[in-house]
Amino acid sequence: MKASRANPALFWSGVALVGVALIALPFVLAIAGTAWVRITNLAILFIFLSLGLNIVVGFAGLLDLGYIAFYAVGAYVYALLASPHFNLHLPFWVILPIGALVACGFGLLLGAPTLKLRGDYLAIVTLGFGEIIRVFLNNLSQPVNITNGPKGLATIDPFRIGGFDFSTTQAILGLSFSGPIKYYYALLVALILIIVVNQRLQHSRIGRAWEAIREDEVAARAMGIDTTAIKLTAFAMGASFGGIAGGMFAAIQGFVSPESFGLTESIMVLAMVVLGGMGNIWGVIVGALLLSFVPEILRYTVQPVQQALFGRMLVEPEVIRMLLFGLALVMMMLYRPAGLLPSPLRKRELAREGRA
Amino acid sequence: MDIFLQQIVNGLTLGSIYAIVALGYTMVYGIVQLINFAHGEVVMIGAMVAFSVITGLVRANTGLPPGVIVAIGVGAAIPVSMAVGWFLERFAYRPLRTAPRLAPLITAIGMSIILQHLAMIIWGRNPIAFPQIIPTVRFDLAGASITAVQIVIILGSLAMMSALTALVYKTRLGIAMRATAQNPQVAGLMGVDIDRVIALTFLIGAALAAIAGAMVGSYYGIAHYTMGSLLGLKAFCAAVLGGIGNLAGAMLGGILLGLVEALGAGYIGDFTNNWFGSNYQDVFAFLVLILVLVFRPQGILGERVGDRA
Repeated sequence: MKASRANPALFWSGVALVGVALIALPFVLAIAGTAWVRITNLAILFIFLSLGLNIVVGFAGLLDLGYIAFYAVGAYVYALLASPHFNLHLPFWVILPIGALVACGFGLLLGAPTLKLRGDYLAIVTLGFGEIIRVFLNNLSQPVNITNGPKGLATIDPFRIGGFDFSTTQAILGLSFSGPIKYYYALLVALILIIVVNQRLQHSRIGRAWEAIREDEVAARAMGIDTTAIKLTAFAMGASFGGIAGGMFAAIQGFVSPESFGLTESIMVLAMVVLGGMGNIWGVIVGALLLSFVPEILRYTVQPVQQALFGRMLVEPEVIRMLLFGLALVMMMLYRPAGLLPSPLRKRELAREGRA
Repeated sequence: MDIFLQQIVNGLTLGSIYAIVALGYTMVYGIVQLINFAHGEVVMIGAMVAFSVITGLVRANTGLPPGVIVAIGVGAAIPVSMAVGWFLERFAYRPLRTAPRLAPLITAIGMSIILQHLAMIIWGRNPIAFPQIIPTVRFDLAGASITAVQIVIILGSLAMMSALTALVYKTRLGIAMRATAQNPQVAGLMGVDIDRVIALTFLIGAALAAIAGAMVGSYYGIAHYTMGSLLGLKAFCAAVLGGIGNLAGAMLGGILLGLVEALGAGYIGDFTNNWFGSNYQDVFAFLVLILVLVFRPQGILGERVGDRA
């Protein structure tokens, strides 16, 4: 960013160009099929999740392996408060903050006992929490039906502002806006907001404290940082980001079930953060986009290629996707631990290590 | 039938399997302070190999006695699991021994995903059933019943635990292991080949894991490519409960966790007026883990605790 400030005209025309491209994108994608707009929307949701996890893993250096549980909490809060299940239909701007608060509460509940200890325990406890949430979502249909069990909750309300409904197709200024396209714009606005919030956070007092803890916890404590409280802040903040993303997911899909919130999804978000570069907002975005789209492209190419080569499907695209995530985690750690787009600080560290 | 005693028997069986898997976690943690997340997958691969070999031998109609078939199956699983364990240590963990703590944890997760899906490609999505070659023999035990398989599991685990204890406290390798756990640099200066000791620790853990895999598979009657992750997690909880890094702790923690799970699943319905049923069994391990971390983070028998940041 700083380098571009040297030539403001070039910088702002670049921003304008990207802006126009982002506005035109859904219509271009819609030519290939509305499915691609939906995939893009999901990719943006995964960017939200990765940015949220990045606060925990990237900024504060804590490993959270059950991050998707907070996404699940947000999604179920939304689903319960805006569906025929309890016959509650609150508007989304009321529910999203509630979802964030509830997720934040779970984050505090989980983080408080574990963050005093060393980081490895947090990894296990969060992994366990992810499993527990799924067990409860699957089983809390009896004796009082709260979650509707494995069947999930359906016909969840879409976003609505006054009479404007985000899920229906509508003609505005002679252009036909389908539901996914409208959501795309809503998500885009939210994305810009979240990126700004993340950048401000990173360079705030708390952000610098996170970085200090990540680099050297003892030194950070010696400098007067209350490490437990600051780590807890990171954990709770990451959790609330997950809760908000979950609420949006529930509204956009119109359906939630425990299946969407497994360990696989937690690992996927982690792989996005690690691939792009822990602690670097733009890197994380690139990682999330790559790992959202590459598997989709694989889905459309792997099958025909295998059919042509072997005459049958040997390895399902789903399995290849998972192997890809696993390999991304291992290879990045072994060969490029700072990620595809390393944060400037990490780059400096690596250079120093090289010299030593 | 006495339900309480029956749950104790079931809990002891499950607990001794947890104990054996927990030993693998705790040995590795004691020496390199790493949670080997992929350990559960090593257990799974052991179970899969053992089951494939046993099924193959049964299909081939060799006429061998069932005991021999099972022994061959387990004998085949041990070297495969050991190879996987060695591979993990050599290529995923050793290059990162001096890296920040987060790095090996992330590779461990990655390796676990890779191993699980490779197993899925090799053995398929469907569970493999244990061939019915050993007739179910039940013994009556003061109102409860115990099967021959359960007896073999409990006795086998006890034998392995004593063998491992003897290895760690009576042999030269054991001394080297304990020295490395205390201080790798100084152990290296005293002439201990650290790399070799760490590799051997992984090999021993993997061999135990293979046997545990075969045991848990034959206890439940099936083996599946996802069976390793939850089992591994619970075994880790057991290791923390007993005090991670402590051999006796892992054994004690495993057995206790097995008992808590069996009794919890058996009585949760009575205690909560049937609000919660035995389908919450998997939650107990994590509840125990969180309670231990809150009230006694060093575990029951553990000494060393806290962050050595």
